[in-house]
Amino acid sequence: MKTTETILLDHGSGGRASQELIKNIFLPYLANPVLACLEDSALVDTGAGLLAFTTDSYVVDPIFFPGGDIGELAINGTINDLAMRGAKPLCLSLALILEEGFPLEDLKRVILSIQGACRKADVPVVTGDTKVVPKGKGDKIFINTSGIGLVDSGIHISARNARPGDAVILSGSMGDHGITILAQRAGISLQGNLRSDTMALHRLVQKMLAAAPGAVHTLRDPTRGGVATSLNEIADAAQVAVELDESEIPVKPGVAAACEILGMDPLYLANEGKCLALVAKEHAGRVLDLIRSLPEGADAAVIGRVSEGPAGRVLLKTAAGGSRIVQSLTGEPLPRIC
Amino acid sequence: MKYVSEFRDKKFIAPLVDELRRTIDRPLRIMEVCGTHTMAVFRHGLRSLMPEGLELISGPGCPVCVTSSAHIDGFIDVAGRDGVRVAIFGDLYRVPGSHGSLARAQSMGAQVEVVYSPMDALTLAGRYPQQVTVFLSVGFETTIPLVAATILEAERLQVDNFAVFPAHKIMPPALTALLGDPELRLDGLLCPGHVSTIIGAAAYEPLAASYSLSCVVAGFEPVDILQALIMLARQAREGRAEVENAYGRAVSWQGNLRAQKLMNDVFEPVDCQWRGLGTIPASGMAIRDHFSCFDAEKRFGINLAETPEPQGCLCGQILQGRKTPADCPLFAGRCTPLNPVGPCMVSSEGTCAAHYRFGRG
Repeated sequence: MKTTETILLDHGSGGRASQELIKNIFLPYLANPVLACLEDSALVDTGAGLLAFTTDSYVVDPIFFPGGDIGELAINGTINDLAMRGAKPLCLSLALILEEGFPLEDLKRVILSIQGACRKADVPVVTGDTKVVPKGKGDKIFINTSGIGLVDSGIHISARNARPGDAVILSGSMGDHGITILAQRAGISLQGNLRSDTMALHRLVQKMLAAAPGAVHTLRDPTRGGVATSLNEIADAAQVAVELDESEIPVKPGVAAACEILGMDPLYLANEGKCLALVAKEHAGRVLDLIRSLPEGADAAVIGRVSEGPAGRVLLKTAAGGSRIVQSLTGEPLPRIC
Repeated sequence: MKYVSEFRDKKFIAPLVDELRRTIDRPLRIMEVCGTHTMAVFRHGLRSLMPEGLELISGPGCPVCVTSSAHIDGFIDVAGRDGVRVAIFGDLYRVPGSHGSLARAQSMGAQVEVVYSPMDALTLAGRYPQQVTVFLSVGFETTIPLVAATILEAERLQVDNFAVFPAHKIMPPALTALLGDPELRLDGLLCPGHVSTIIGAAAYEPLAASYSLSCVVAGFEPVDILQALIMLARQAREGRAEVENAYGRAVSWQGNLRAQKLMNDVFEPVDCQWRGLGTIPASGMAIRDHFSCFDAEKRFGINLAETPEPQGCLCGQILQGRKTPADCPLFAGRCTPLNPVGPCMVSSEGTCAAHYRFGRG
């Protein structure tokens, strides 16, 4: 692979470029068995139980958008990374990097959102840090949140556990967050009530695990890179194939229309309040009914299944009746024009 | 009627596929002129539904793919100048010239902004009066009239910090150059839907007559594409070589006369270098002298140097329909969407990008 000499925006997209950065720069120097798993959170054996530990940084622009803001994202996103390993979130840290000149009004607005998200999720921020950089050396506000949670014994949720026959469930409509941000950035105002779907999913996950212990093999929240990239990563990790049914994937009409206008494929757009659940097929129906009965999962659907096929391949059966391969996102999703 | 859902529904598509299968009575080679057709065929999984005997060949209708290395180098040169901000359509961002791309130039400090319309570039000029905003303009007749309108608006508003660096191309001369090659052996052309909204279906009549070629103007939904293929298959069966319009909801026979006038008022045809096809007479559109204050090449004294194509890259032959991505030694090895060698891999409409994203495995 030809190496680029500088960091490009593509390296932050969650797609292949990001993967190459991890493989070529981070793992060679930092690798240990826990890190090498590369899941949504790390599981650390304390001797007295399994601790889930995760960190995430939030640099979204614009910082305020329909459906939420950078503060809410920062809390819900990190809670979700813990939930995706089946952990009960315990507490969070909150670190801010503020740009000189950032209005205090806006900071207060973000903090109020954080307060609201923490209360709603019942997960506190217990430690924090603030730095300020000169004007021009940051971009209004960057946030990092880290989280710890506890994993009950007997819970084994990992990308590697996906197996042929598993149903692939998506807990709701796809692409809401990603297209909302892109439409805002493009300065295009579209009718149709586009809103971010940012939401904490830890309660949904705990209910799923209680209802069908051992049946949930893999959980993943498809953020940057979208459902396509998450499923490719899972297929690779577990060395299985995945087949998707395009007609079954829930996409809101407003989101689909915005994607057509902006030249985007919703399979690659970020979701901030949804999870993929790979569930043993004999329990899939029951788990789906449970998810749908909850406010976080009203639009949930079985969108595909894990199959024996070529390891790592994700195939989409199109609405038109044909089929095509779905690859991971390569770099930043760019709008196509013609 | 919701074209986006109904024209993609298998209950309408299955009977069209059957009809196509019944209509084809011998092997047919059809060129999809437009890159968006190539992408649409792949994206909706139509490739997997095509009957035996129908060969779809990708053509040169990907404006980013046919932009020469020299032009990309020129774009990167302008982007690197002090006091300049460049505006581009997204497709151009990762295209490699001889030393990197605009994405790389941005990481080294150039100001590169992705816009959805050339008018957005003019708006940027207003927002950043201390800089010159240059719109790096790549496109066919679909977008050239918009750029023309933007230049006229800039003149009307007396904007002095806006320029356009045109690398425009027009379709009919390129098709004529391609069809002159006896090895190509085409039975029909799937004509570009959106270029045709501007130039009109009549624009293909000289080609149909000179080369006995069936031409059908097609839209981009699966139903549109299948309908057009059926019409091409019928023409082949009945021994006809005519122009037909299967995209009547967007394309008229004469095209958009107002857009054509705008285009010709601001731009004039010039000889132009097409990547992989060489220089084609009167196939580019340059800014007329009257508007030269908006011409970035003149303003910044850019001289387009000629640069050789990268070794092993088959983009040129792929664009001519002579080779497929699988024939290229670099495909999916040295040349991937993340590290492309030629633009066919980078552009979202590029043949190699379509094969890589949708067709492998």
